[in-house]
Amino acid sequence: MSVIVLVEHTGGNIKKKSFEAVQYAAQIAQQTATTVTAVVLGSIADAEMEALGNYGASKVIHIADNRLDELHARAYTTALVNIARAEDSKIIITLYDINGRAVAPRVAAQLKAGIVAGALSYPNLEKGFAIKKSVFSGKAFAWVNVLSDVKVIMLMPNTFQLSKTDGKATIEKQDISFSEKDFGIKVTAVNKVTGEIALTDATLVVSGGRGMKGPENWGLIEDLAKELGAATACSRPVADTHWRPHHEHVGQTGGTIRPDLYIAVGISGAIQHLAGVNGSKTIVVINSDPEAPFFKAANYGVVGDAMAVLPKLTAAVKKFKEQHH
Amino acid sequence: MKILVCISQVPDTTTKIILKDNDTAINSQGTTYIINPYDEWYALVRAIELKESGIATEIHLVTVGKADIEPVIRKALALGGDEAIRIDAESIDPYQTAVYIADYTKSAGYDLVLCGKESIDYNNGTTGVLLAELLDMDYIGFATSVKIEGNVAIVNREIEGGEETDSCNLPVVIACQKGVAEARIPNMRGIMAARTRPLKVIAPSAITPLTAILSYELPPAKAGVKLVSADNMDELVALLHTEAKSI
Repeated sequence: MSVIVLVEHTGGNIKKKSFEAVQYAAQIAQQTATTVTAVVLGSIADAEMEALGNYGASKVIHIADNRLDELHARAYTTALVNIARAEDSKIIITLYDINGRAVAPRVAAQLKAGIVAGALSYPNLEKGFAIKKSVFSGKAFAWVNVLSDVKVIMLMPNTFQLSKTDGKATIEKQDISFSEKDFGIKVTAVNKVTGEIALTDATLVVSGGRGMKGPENWGLIEDLAKELGAATACSRPVADTHWRPHHEHVGQTGGTIRPDLYIAVGISGAIQHLAGVNGSKTIVVINSDPEAPFFKAANYGVVGDAMAVLPKLTAAVKKFKEQHH
Repeated sequence: MKILVCISQVPDTTTKIILKDNDTAINSQGTTYIINPYDEWYALVRAIELKESGIATEIHLVTVGKADIEPVIRKALALGGDEAIRIDAESIDPYQTAVYIADYTKSAGYDLVLCGKESIDYNNGTTGVLLAELLDMDYIGFATSVKIEGNVAIVNREIEGGEETDSCNLPVVIACQKGVAEARIPNMRGIMAARTRPLKVIAPSAITPLTAILSYELPPAKAGVKLVSADNMDELVALLHTEAKSI
């Protein structure tokens, strides 16, 4: 009856958001008087998996098959469904991210489970099994009640604060026989973005829009991002005119992000842009136009020319870091 | 090659969300509905491009909804598409929606199913994957380009921390996002032609939903922006540290 949680890792390093998923699972396990079984797929060292105990997993099931180092959603599904059946699990948890979104619905279909995509709360058991999620691109929230016996939850990353315990997990190795169709998709080339912080995982983001005037000024955005340890993003016009790559575009038709801090520079704040960033915990807007609609959605605002404000802000961050070390 | 494009109708992006019935429903009075942008701009337009280049022979559109969504489907037909199928049901449970579409699709012989990466109303992004599972097909999500070479789909997709190129035998379900195609607007010829293209209505299969929405909430109003002088960035940094606790 354990709560099953899928753990993601990059080249053997467990992602922070997966620790968050394990901690989330542990809380639900406590609510439902059971334990957490974390599932880790692919090549990873035992020492790394032991850390899952610190976030509430009591057991780790490791399937070391190195074909699982890449996302093969049907193979991941086979693994999770096998384990869920063996443990008679009623709750299966993944993240609401690229991997989770490819796997969780398949698991749900096989187990006839209702899905919550992008959970923002623990289940309210007094109302059944109701979980809060964002709808209408952040303009409202819905409480989704899962009616089926088995439940599949995709947790929105960066929703809960991590807190480490001294808990321990036992590691169990398993082999699962996969079928050919579990690996039906052949990966012919991989282009990992290295040396920069992945936008979807970033807790701090600096983003630029048309107000940056041209690609020659983008260095100012990068300077601030580097000083903060932040990822960079952009608005749609910037991506459409190819100043910046499409994967940096956030907004209705680009990516959706929910960082702790979103600094928007020279972005007017059209509703389509807000749809991609309104889950950010704190929003800072820097814009020369005091009437820019983005100021209404911001926590902090600076009215001024980006080219003048950015170097000052970067310098202030640098000074702050020197004082706090 | 026959392509099926899944179309969802959604409230226009600029719609203000108003709750009713003790916060258990959305007030749809005065709401303008549009084709879900990911379905339209990327999935449908890419299907049209594949037909224009002679790779696809036929494009069908499928949607789940009551008769009041037909104007949106006609608009999709005006962009392109030979025939539309409306499954006559209302559903906001992804599993139920996927079963409706899968039951229709099973015997219809499509080589490629395209959908948007998610709909902008319930933001689940689950229907396409569920459909693939129910049809025992492969699924590629977050696609940024889709090419067809013979019986194989060559797809670039976003992965965690980068991009990869995949190849996969047809039939396959592909969920499209930015990059797959460029948005188009329907021309007068398309709009006229769409009026006469078949729009079939079929009855949904019997399937009970696995989820239900109990209630809605609106986000708390923003407390208002705190303006900081452009000459005092030290103060902004201090506020971000002590008040917002984000750095």
